Amino acid sequence: MTAAFDEMGTEGVVRAPYRTIGDWLATTPPEVFAHKRREAEILFRRIGITFAVYGEGGDPERLIPFDIVPRVLGAGEWDFLARGLEQRARALNAFIHDVYNDRDILRAGKVPEALVLQNESYLPIMQGFSVPGRVYTHIAGIDVVRVTENEFYVLEDNCRTPSGVSYMLEGREVMMRLFPDLFARHRVQPVSRYPEALLETLLSVAPPACKGDPVAVLLTPGPYNSAYYEHSFLADEMGVELVEGPDLFVDDDIVYMRTTQGPKRVDVVYRRIDDSFLDPEAFRPDSALGVPGLMNAYRAGTVTLANAVGAGIADDKAVYIHVPEMVRFYLGEEPILKNVPTWSCAKADERAYVLEHLAELVVKDVHGSGGYGMLVGPHATKAECAAFADKIKAAPDRYIAQPTLALSTCPTFVEQGVAPRHVDLRPFVLVGRDKVTIVPGGLTRVALRDGSLVVNSSQGGGTKDTWVLEG
Amino acid sequence: MLSRTADNLFWLARYMERAENMARILEAGYRLAAMGTVVGGGHTEWHSTIVAAGCEAGFYEKHAEATAEAAIDYLARDPDNPSSIISCIQTARRNGRAVRTALSADMWDAVNGSWLQARGFADEDFAPDTVRRVLDWVKERSLLFTGCVGSTMMRNDAYWFTRLGTFIERADSTARILDVKYNVLLPTYETVGGGLDYVQWTAILRAVSAGRAYHWIYRREVKPWLVAELLILKPEMPRSLAACFVEITRTLDLLAGAYGRQGEAHRLAGQIHARLRFTRIDDIFQVGLHEFLTEFIDSNVRLGHEVSKQYLT
Repeated sequence: MTAAFDEMGTEGVVRAPYRTIGDWLATTPPEVFAHKRREAEILFRRIGITFAVYGEGGDPERLIPFDIVPRVLGAGEWDFLARGLEQRARALNAFIHDVYNDRDILRAGKVPEALVLQNESYLPIMQGFSVPGRVYTHIAGIDVVRVTENEFYVLEDNCRTPSGVSYMLEGREVMMRLFPDLFARHRVQPVSRYPEALLETLLSVAPPACKGDPVAVLLTPGPYNSAYYEHSFLADEMGVELVEGPDLFVDDDIVYMRTTQGPKRVDVVYRRIDDSFLDPEAFRPDSALGVPGLMNAYRAGTVTLANAVGAGIADDKAVYIHVPEMVRFYLGEEPILKNVPTWSCAKADERAYVLEHLAELVVKDVHGSGGYGMLVGPHATKAECAAFADKIKAAPDRYIAQPTLALSTCPTFVEQGVAPRHVDLRPFVLVGRDKVTIVPGGLTRVALRDGSLVVNSSQGGGTKDTWVLEG
Repeated sequence: MLSRTADNLFWLARYMERAENMARILEAGYRLAAMGTVVGGGHTEWHSTIVAAGCEAGFYEKHAEATAEAAIDYLARDPDNPSSIISCIQTARRNGRAVRTALSADMWDAVNGSWLQARGFADEDFAPDTVRRVLDWVKERSLLFTGCVGSTMMRNDAYWFTRLGTFIERADSTARILDVKYNVLLPTYETVGGGLDYVQWTAILRAVSAGRAYHWIYRREVKPWLVAELLILKPEMPRSLAACFVEITRTLDLLAGAYGRQGEAHRLAGQIHARLRFTRIDDIFQVGLHEFLTEFIDSNVRLGHEVSKQYLT
């Protein structure tokens, strides 16, 4: 693997967006960083932002490490990214609408029919039914990595219930408290408008049955969910009720919430519950998190769910391969952001290539998320590769493989001082009835271990504040 | 507001108040035990403390005898006891966390900070000779919490449900603390109204921070019926049953005004309040103090159920 692109620059040549940060890093004594980092941790702890890791046990109120060195993007870099993200989000939405209705893209042979129709994420209950504004993924978290000065790749699209935006917002708050001087020396585009933009997006897709001012709520699985902090934070910032399944009920295909003054009608549900738990009458009957009858109300057009049920068909890791084709098919444009070249183990010839080159590739479970169930070839032992090869042979459809990208690095404060660490970026794309909004920035995740390419918080990754400078 | 939110606020306040009251009950236990009286071959002070805390059944499942160590452990920090101080703080925080959007930032800091500090306690902090520091700390945290409620919450239904929780819980616990005395046996050589009896009543007064109030109001030596009168009937005494019901009825009236309707909770609260306003202490002693308190605790529990039925589900 060649040396990774460092976003600050190499050997004395500091790239333009990092000029001030470079000075700051060079002139600030390490004890000051150590002190500021402790302060940041205290602030996060006080705010209560914690993150539980699935199946790991341990402290359920663990903090995600926060790195105090910001990641900086110039206005030009961001504008390019934003255009690419908007384009991609539009294509993904058009795709979801299409596969649940006319299926043009399947009939045109651009995407294999079986891949969609036999996919676990394809929910027949959504067929022949159009959602308000034809928006399915109202909030998309599109993970982007950078490889060189001008090359950005989309690593994956998260079209269901992407999380992490609260880290973007609180990380900025904490940074502004810790380093007011540093902000004064830059012109950083604000991110604080996100909750307002989110609410605007949600209200724009109120169902046709809604007369008067629409009522939106945020539906959470509850305090035991790892992203609960984010749910309560967003509800608070938007000024909407944070509801759990039992707070809602459906009567005559209309959704109500239980209040101290009796039932109150609900028009838009920003749900942070997975599809299969949403309605025990339509999906998993054992779900205590959902609302019985919700799907009937949804299909009757009295309530909007964001993101839409069944939107997961667009972020399946095997469907991912076809997103550039979707951009061409629905928008008639060339994709601005690239896909990472991907081999599908379902295809015999590609599988053979993957098995032969395991040591160079990253192999992912198409149904996995959060960095679980993946193999990073260059960092795996021979035995690990061999074991993974068996898994692929046993269930080839489950796996895809990609080259090990040299993710860009950013200066990061670690035990040894300030050192380059690999990063990715999750911007949050808001798709409303008539417009797409992207708050400048996103969640930068950083692999804190030297050389590690896995940025997931469940695997020891941390976060950074992401600065987009004014043009 | 969401019924569940109101429910969480109500219980958040109740558990913070309960943590404080457990500390007060333990303190009363301390003062009583310090008298060092032996009755029928054993101490009854810690037993009576357990009974007053309403933890008798659970306690004797785990412990054969009510020693100081066992009682302190069970009431202060046993995770199996849902009413132990540490459990209360945990439950309060869980309720608070579920409704962060309805709390002021200061309230959340008060609750969350208590929980974080409680996690830092070590075994030796709960030894009989050091636990007093924890008890003082609990009172401080609870006072901080009620202070935050009073100074930072908007005066709307969220505030009213929080206040209802505080006062329904406080009424319950004042009644229980007063009842401690019923369960502490006097040695046969001691007479009612004698020296030891006096000291015991003083301990009760102190436990509810009412020592000074007593002397301001009565300006005479401590008499059992006056202590009972102070803690049951005097509305100017902030932890008395009467004072709690002034707050409860006023709060329920505010809710009825805002929502435009009344219910069974209003009727029941009014009835209890009327009794507290128009009963004389002599009448209470006639029925028996213990009997009166038992009945009060029952109707107060019923009130909690009615509030829950009317608003919180």
